[in-house]
Formats: sequence, C-alpha cells, structure tokens
Amino acid sequence: MSVLEKARPGAAPAPPAARRSRVSDEHGRRVRAWELALRYLLLLGVLALTVGPFLWQLSTSLKGPTEDIFSSPPTFLPGDPTLHNYERVAETIPVWDYALNSLKVAAANVVTNCVGSALAGYALARLRYRGRRAATLAFVLAMLVPVEGIIIAQFTTMRELGLNNTLVGVVLPGCISALNVLLMRNAFLNLPYEIEDAAFVDGANVWQRFWRIALPSVKGTLAVVAIFAFMGAWDDFLWPLIVLSDPSKFTLTIGLNYLHGTFANDERLVAAGTIIAVAPLIALFACLQRYFFRGVGEGAVKG
Amino acid sequence: MNGSTRVRRQLPSSPWLFAAPGLLVIGAFVLHPFVSTVVNAFTDRRTLVPGEFVGLDNFRELIHDDMFWIGLRNSTLYVVGVVPALVVLPLLLALLVQKNIPGITFFRSAFYTPVVASIVVVGLIWVWLLDERGLVNALLETVGVGRVGFLSDQWLLLLSAMTVTVWKGLGYYMIIYLAALANVPRELHEAAAVDGAGPVRRFLAVTVPAVRSTMVLVAALSSVAAFKVFSEVYLLAGPSGGPAGEDTTLVMLVQRTGTGLSGRVGYASAISVVVFVVTVALMLLVLRADRREES
Repeated sequence: MSVLEKARPGAAPAPPAARRSRVSDEHGRRVRAWELALRYLLLLGVLALTVGPFLWQLSTSLKGPTEDIFSSPPTFLPGDPTLHNYERVAETIPVWDYALNSLKVAAANVVTNCVGSALAGYALARLRYRGRRAATLAFVLAMLVPVEGIIIAQFTTMRELGLNNTLVGVVLPGCISALNVLLMRNAFLNLPYEIEDAAFVDGANVWQRFWRIALPSVKGTLAVVAIFAFMGAWDDFLWPLIVLSDPSKFTLTIGLNYLHGTFANDERLVAAGTIIAVAPLIALFACLQRYFFRGVGEGAVKG
Repeated sequence: MNGSTRVRRQLPSSPWLFAAPGLLVIGAFVLHPFVSTVVNAFTDRRTLVPGEFVGLDNFRELIHDDMFWIGLRNSTLYVVGVVPALVVLPLLLALLVQKNIPGITFFRSAFYTPVVASIVVVGLIWVWLLDERGLVNALLETVGVGRVGFLSDQWLLLLSAMTVTVWKGLGYYMIIYLAALANVPRELHEAAAVDGAGPVRRFLAVTVPAVRSTMVLVAALSSVAAFKVFSEVYLLAGPSGGPAGEDTTLVMLVQRTGTGLSGRVGYASAISVVVFVVTVALMLLVLRADRREES
C-alpha cells in the first residue's frame, strides 16, 4: 500500500472552510466552500470504494489465527497484527518461486517489447522500402485480432514447437505486441527529420541514427510500453492458465488461483498471497505514475 | 525538404532487419493462429489428433448445444449490463477529478489502483468480500438486512461479476475521459453559464455533446471486452461456471472444451469464430449508431 503512504502528505484533506480564499479552479475563479466540501466528500466516498477492498484484504492478511475474521459488525483493524500468514503462504505453496517466475516472465516481456517494438516502429515510421505499407497493415490487423479467440490455436502452435509448459511459451505470444509497435511508430513519426539528416550528413548509418538519435527522443513512449508490458505479463491469467500445467512452473496469478482452490477455508492465507502479488505493482505504479499519466494522456490526445 | 529524402534513402536489406522480429512474432503467434482458428473450426481436430475437414458439422452441433446458448446468453447479458455503466460512471468520475484542487493527483492515482491490480487479485478480493461470511454480508447483517448468497445464486453471481468488471474498469475509462474533457472548449461552458444554465443542464448540453465521440469509443471498447469476459466469472464462479454451469461465458467454454489432452480443438475454434463474428458485429453496430445519430 505504499501508494497511499507516499501520496498521503500531498493529499492534505484540510477543512475546506480554512482554504476558502486559497483554492481556485483552472480559470482562476474561486471555488465556493460548499462545493469544495461536496467534492471532497464524493472523492472520499469513491476512495473508500476503490481502495477500501485492498485495505480490507491487507487487514485480513495481518489478522492472527485466534482473531475472528468473520465477526459482525466487521472489525477493520487487526487486534494483534502479525506477519505469520505471510510465512504460512510460503509453507503452503512455493509463493516466492511463483513470484520469481512472474518476475522472469514480466522482465522478459519488457525487454522484448521495448526492443522489438522500437525497432519495428522505427522501420515503419522512418525507413523507406517496398512493402512498408503491407508491414504496417499486418500490425494493424494483428492489433484487431482478439486474443481470447485465438488462444486455442496459440496453444496448439506451442505444442508443435514443444514449448508447452515452459516460461518461454508464456512469454512468446505477447513478446512483441502489435499495439506497442504502433505506439512506437506514432512516436517516431512525430520526430522532426532535420536532426537525423544532420547525422546522416556526418556519416551516421541507420543503426547509429536509430540508437543515438531517434530512440533517446521517444523515451516517454518507451516508458509507457515498458509499463504496459510489465503489467500485462505480471497480470495475465488466461494464457498462463492454458499453457502451464506443471505446478512448479506456475506464475503468481495461476499459483494464487490454485491457493484459493486448495485452501479456500483460510482466507488469511489467500489474503497474504494476494498482497504479495499486488504490492510490487502498486509500488511500481506509485514510482512511475507521473510518467504514466502523462504518457497515456499524450497518446489519447494525439490518437 | 531535400534533406529528408537523403535520410529516407536506405541500404536495401536493413529496414526488413528492423521490422523482422516484430513481423515474425505477430505472424507466428497472432496472424497464423487466427487463420488456423478459422480453418480448425471446419475440422474435428483434437489436441492429439490432426482431424479432418467436417464442413459445418461443428456449427450444426453448436445449435443443439445447451452450453453454447448459456454461454452466448451470459456473454450478451454481460454486454448489456456492463457497457452502460462503463460509459456513464467513468465520465462522472472524470468530472469529479478534473478540477485541480489540492490532493487531486492522489485521488486520481488511487482511483486507478483497481486497474493496476491484476485480475486474479481483484477476483480473490471480491470473492472474500462477497463470501457468505465476507465483509459485505457482515455489513448487511449488521444493518439488519441479513445475508445474501452473492456467490451461490446464478443471477446474483453474474451481477456480482459485472460489478467487479465495472469496478476494475472505472479508472481506465476515467483516464480516457479526462483526456477528452481537457479538449472541451471552456468558452462553451462559460457561454452556457451566462445564459443561466445550471450544472446539470451544462453537463447535458455542453459536456456530453463535446465528449460524445469518446463515449462511442468507450462503448465500443467496453462492449467488445465485455463480450469476451473470462477471468471475472471464472474466478467468482469457479472453473465449472457456477451452479450447474449456468454462469459459463463463451470464452470460458472455449477454454474448457479446447484445452487439455482431450481438448476438442475444432469445436472450440467454432465457438471462437462465433466470438470473432459477434465482436466485429458489436463494433460495427456501435460505430453505425454513432454515424446515424450524427447525421
């Protein structure tokens, strides 16, 4: 829950009345006190609905075995907080191995997507050759194909390649996504040609122009691609569920589902497992959120 | 201008080297599986048996398969239930977080947390919330309503899954709307305010028309996603699809029939083809409705 901890100081939910003269909207007009109070009230309400369930899960994961987690009315704060459940998850399923598998898959996905879509995006946006339009069309078509519909054929393809039940098999189908290629293409299209021209005059070849000049100019989009790639791989459920059958190869999502099925009677364990799965993502998002919102906003405005 | 033509002149082979990894991956794992899904739909292929061409047999069997109709019904209900909520609620949320008041960045990121959290985590959290002994029921009991079988009743289960989908999607569509709202000309609002329009009137007369194309985009995206729902229902109802499988969706059916060593690849592919056709139809329907309204 580090996002909450970190962002809390900035939130400053001071009583609206005290800020009456300070707060103004984007056109510099003063916001009336009652309107501001109403806004904060609604914001806190939505906050409770969106973040509340995570806090409840965190609280459940910290409750000890003697504490009644089914009490009515429910108690939010654990009476005697303990990390015992986190130790027990690790005794029940190899949760750290699963997390490591997820991390491997996610890291591989980030690297392949960043490299692959930057290269392909550059080729689509900046290079001239016969068949460029056909190549672009291939990526557009691939973007429109619903993954859920082709998943059985992907499964048989993996079987034929002998990659079923391997982490490589988990990574491959999404390792360069068409959407990311098109995102990179748009980013490269928006760069002015002049800088590359200067490098060309100085004798830089294609590779040097790509690596030294074009790529550093699209870092923002590259960051968005990296975040999407990480989240997509870390979160994916359907594909690993289909391709992995050996419990020792499970990623965290599949492992958690397995944990839920086997030990559904101990909610504290499941809660601890889910916190282990979600905490890295929230931490990552908290660190990169500024980049993220800017990148997404830019993309949406341009698109 | 003459400079740029210089940059565009390339060695003949290098552009393809740049594009090759991407083309290879999408060719092998997206475009080829798409083509083979369509081809497989006309065969009786199984996981371990190559199978033969059987014409329309799979589709004829579908018509008589109760499970297929249950799946089609649930996936369709999902669209009907989820899409209106995902078109309207995130817009209201975007209006709420649009104004730059102190702490608003915190609220924006906090509202985005459910999007970031993986679907399995979200599913497990909600199973615990809606459990017979979970938080929601404990609260309901405290206020004297009594416990409700959110996860044991066929229809309540579907409704619960829809709630989870909406809850998880709110933040995502909120961001899309925020970008759209940033482009609404301020003068329109001011003119309407001068004319004496209240906030509700201004919302309906200024904001909604200005973000209409975004609403169409959200409707298209969310309806396609809703029709293909898998994880939410799978996690809340279990692999078998709730009581008597009554909560099975089409993609759950694809997963169930097509995988494993005895998987009926051909039959599952036929269901996938139905999924393709319906999603394309949904997109066209939304876009068509948009064009008609515009003219």
